[in-house]
Amino acid sequence: MTSDLLRAAHVTRRFGAFTAVDDVSMRVQPGEVAGLLGANGAGKTTLIRMLLGLIAVTSGRVELLGGPPDRERRRRLGYVPQGLGLYGDLTVRENLSFSARAYGAAAPALPPALTGYADVLVRELPLGAQRQVAFVAALAHSPEVLVLDEPTSGVDVLARAALWDTIRAQAERGAGVLVTTHYMQEAQQCDRLLLMSDGRLVGEGSEADIIGSTTAVAVSTGDWAQAFAALAAAGAPVMLAGRAIRVANADPAELARVLSAAGIEASLQPVPATIEERMLMLSRQAKAS
Amino acid sequence: MTYSVRSATVRFGRTVALDDVTVEVPAGSVVAVVGGDGAGKSTLLRALVGEVALDTGEVEAPPRQRLGYLPASSGSWAALTVTQNIDFVAGIYGLAGDELAARRAELLDRASLTPAAGRLAAQLSGGMRRKLGFIMAIVHQPALLILDEPSTGVDPVSRIDLWRLASEAAASGAAVLMSTTYLDEAERAAHLVVLDRGRVLVQGSYDQVRAGFAGAVTRADQPVRAEWAWRRGRVLHEYWPGGDPPAGTATIEPDLEDIVIALSLARRHEVPS
Repeated sequence: MTSDLLRAAHVTRRFGAFTAVDDVSMRVQPGEVAGLLGANGAGKTTLIRMLLGLIAVTSGRVELLGGPPDRERRRRLGYVPQGLGLYGDLTVRENLSFSARAYGAAAPALPPALTGYADVLVRELPLGAQRQVAFVAALAHSPEVLVLDEPTSGVDVLARAALWDTIRAQAERGAGVLVTTHYMQEAQQCDRLLLMSDGRLVGEGSEADIIGSTTAVAVSTGDWAQAFAALAAAGAPVMLAGRAIRVANADPAELARVLSAAGIEASLQPVPATIEERMLMLSRQAKAS
Repeated sequence: MTYSVRSATVRFGRTVALDDVTVEVPAGSVVAVVGGDGAGKSTLLRALVGEVALDTGEVEAPPRQRLGYLPASSGSWAALTVTQNIDFVAGIYGLAGDELAARRAELLDRASLTPAAGRLAAQLSGGMRRKLGFIMAIVHQPALLILDEPSTGVDPVSRIDLWRLASEAAASGAAVLMSTTYLDEAERAAHLVVLDRGRVLVQGSYDQVRAGFAGAVTRADQPVRAEWAWRRGRVLHEYWPGGDPPAGTATIEPDLEDIVIALSLARRHEVPS
């Protein structure tokens, strides 16, 4: 008997000739927030949809709460899809009572921030409020597993901080959480990370485990835009962190040559690489192959 | 040339979407508008495009054929290929033949979309679709380029491509106004505007915004006043508008995210929603 709330064992999914998910094994345990990272099209949403039994696996096996992801087990799950899964033509109150009935739970009370919206049609709410409604709907039946696909995309910083408080509280009461994000600061709030690229799981563990052997060089210069353009034109894997220019897996001597050829004065310094730089190197490998 | 909205107020029924907002966008630079949904970002951008009329105030924008606009929704036709999407929009601006072919090839290359030229827009990933929308907004070399959340939901690698395209457009002389919910992107802009519920909370270069920030931000596991605290990773940050945190608390140098949250909180305490 395992305590895994979500488990994938050698799971593959093909759409015609295209392999969206390729031999992925992973799991999520009670009380942890697992962050699923990867570029657009890496296979994150397809993997989630298989874990939840919304689409079939081509091969391999998925388990939700220790068995196949059937309707009975899905009742113990909370899921906020990218599209939020709310009914735009129903009010907030109607949406919540509908989803509570579907899960066999009592309709949840509205949090203070939403009480003014109880009788407003969901499609007339701002996106941030819609996300909060989707969260309330997904949490009403105290799910044992919570799956969130880009929960904070497009949300302002205050609302984002509040949504992460909610996510943390769910893990603290023992739920297992699987969350996808493109926001690396959010990735750092997860207990464990999973990185997908081109359908495969290419890294797992802490931030340092994900970054692996990727290195980076920081470029300090007066005019960052000029240096950025020169390095990008030379084909270097350039990233930006705020206004700081960084180049992944680069040879500082080679960068110095490119910059001085463009007449740009800069100082170069090796720095620890980031998850984004690891993702950039992966996407370049995928393009080259 | 500098484009602008001045003292702009826009009401939708009883909602004030923009409240006395002035923003300037000079040719050759990128101006970033930051704020959550409902802050007024799209209304501000659409006022410059001419899709929203001001109740009061003035708009200074080029004529429509000198303006490029990427709306927050996809901005391309799902049932057309990448090439067909670009050619259709280019045709509207009178671009055809060899000139169009050369421009299309150049833009596809700069956006790393050349291998996807024959693909239906419906089959593109989110990041690729935003880059296609960007190409369509810029194909006619507009004087003013307006991008509504080009990077929301886009992965970090494609986001850098989009940023490179925007800064190249500015470097070749366009005035670029983009909205974003990512504060690290706003830091890069020559000028950033923080909108909150229709009003400008603060604007200026990143250095000006930082220098003008009053008060102190502290870091702790437990906040002293929960209503002034927010989560940053595993710890909480807390704002002291008067710059008077209790002795012994760890004061930190706030980044743009801290500054935006602190100013938003201060406004919430001043003007409850």
